[in-house]
Amino acid sequence: MNKTVLDLWVGVFVIAGMAALLFLALKVGSMNVVKTSDSYEIIAKFDNVGGLKVRAPVRSAGVVVGRVTDIQFDGENFEAIVTLRIDNRFSFPKDTLAAIMTSGLLGEQYIGLDAGGDPVKLKDKDRIFLTQSAVVLENLIGQFLYGKAQEGPAE
Amino acid sequence: MLRTAIEGIGRRTIQGVWRIGFATRFFLAVLFYSGTAFRRIGLTIREIYFSGVLSLIIILVSGLFVGMVLGLQGYETLQTYGSEDALGVLVALSLVRELGPVVAALLFASRAGSAITAEIGLMKATEQLSAMEMMAVNPIARVVAPRFWAGVISMPLLAALFSTMGILGGYLVGVVLIGVDEGSFWSQMKSAVEFEQDILNGIIKSVVFGIAITAIALFEGYDAPPTAEGVSGATTRTVVSSSLAVLALDFVLTAFMFRGIS
Repeated sequence: MNKTVLDLWVGVFVIAGMAALLFLALKVGSMNVVKTSDSYEIIAKFDNVGGLKVRAPVRSAGVVVGRVTDIQFDGENFEAIVTLRIDNRFSFPKDTLAAIMTSGLLGEQYIGLDAGGDPVKLKDKDRIFLTQSAVVLENLIGQFLYGKAQEGPAE
Repeated sequence: MLRTAIEGIGRRTIQGVWRIGFATRFFLAVLFYSGTAFRRIGLTIREIYFSGVLSLIIILVSGLFVGMVLGLQGYETLQTYGSEDALGVLVALSLVRELGPVVAALLFASRAGSAITAEIGLMKATEQLSAMEMMAVNPIARVVAPRFWAGVISMPLLAALFSTMGILGGYLVGVVLIGVDEGSFWSQMKSAVEFEQDILNGIIKSVVFGIAITAIALFEGYDAPPTAEGVSGATTRTVVSSSLAVLALDFVLTAFMFRGIS
């Protein structure tokens, strides 16, 4: 085989392979938005985190602003300590509400941040005091049945 | 009677250990003489053509069909739960993490690995390797090392092409044929697939598979008995043992890479 034809084919092959890698990197996957260098940490304590997992998204107004980096159990107060890593571009007021939500009926769980009105902003290693636990379906059904029973028997 | 049985066990053990030692020394020699593969880059480019470019057709077509089947089957199952929007995630994650590197490696082993073994085995059988040594040309540097690096370079590119074709195949069946929403197909895929965790690990896998397959193929060819029967046996052994090596390595790598992910 002619050497230039060979070079041409190998060049086409390598370019196609690189294009495929680029396609995978840009179109299929996303570079991790939050890097440790340009983000800060916030701690929140929850009574119950439900099915929340490490690396779950942190959203505010539906937009991803950070990720859950750590979930620990506090053996003294019997609470879950969740560490959030928030992008430096966004700062939240001190009285922000952190709630564990579910996207869709069966979707993944994430932390929703609802900004308050405090002029003081959260800093690195600060703690969010207003939290709302995950909704556990069994508890919800239990409450519903309990409420039904209190209404009295159906006529 | 008993004595011959024990002798048989002993001989096989010694042969096995000798083969492992020979394979290790062979592999180290390939690495040691790799300089030629890069100094005379033309040799490596020629081998990339033979093991990479000529494998393109089978890789691209298989990738397309694997992706199309994933799209069909995934849709059937996801639709039961009303979450056919997650089809993109299913297709992309299964291809990028597992199917892309593994199936591309299996195809590469049978398409290029067997060819490498047959070629080197025949070179040895027709005493071309000995002739090179007579002319003070090191056959490992001239013949083996360029093939090794060509395989290591080709494999990740082929795996990436396989995954890309598969995702396009899944898109073709899922979005164009069945009618899953295009926006949610791509955006859910994008939010679920992470570059470092999924794509980079897939690339690392394919590089490891490339090293394993070409090393096995080259060794089997170099070690083949110099007869027609010996070469054919070595070619078979290459395909079998490199396929098994790919599957075993895949399990080990997956266990290490995706341990923390739920």
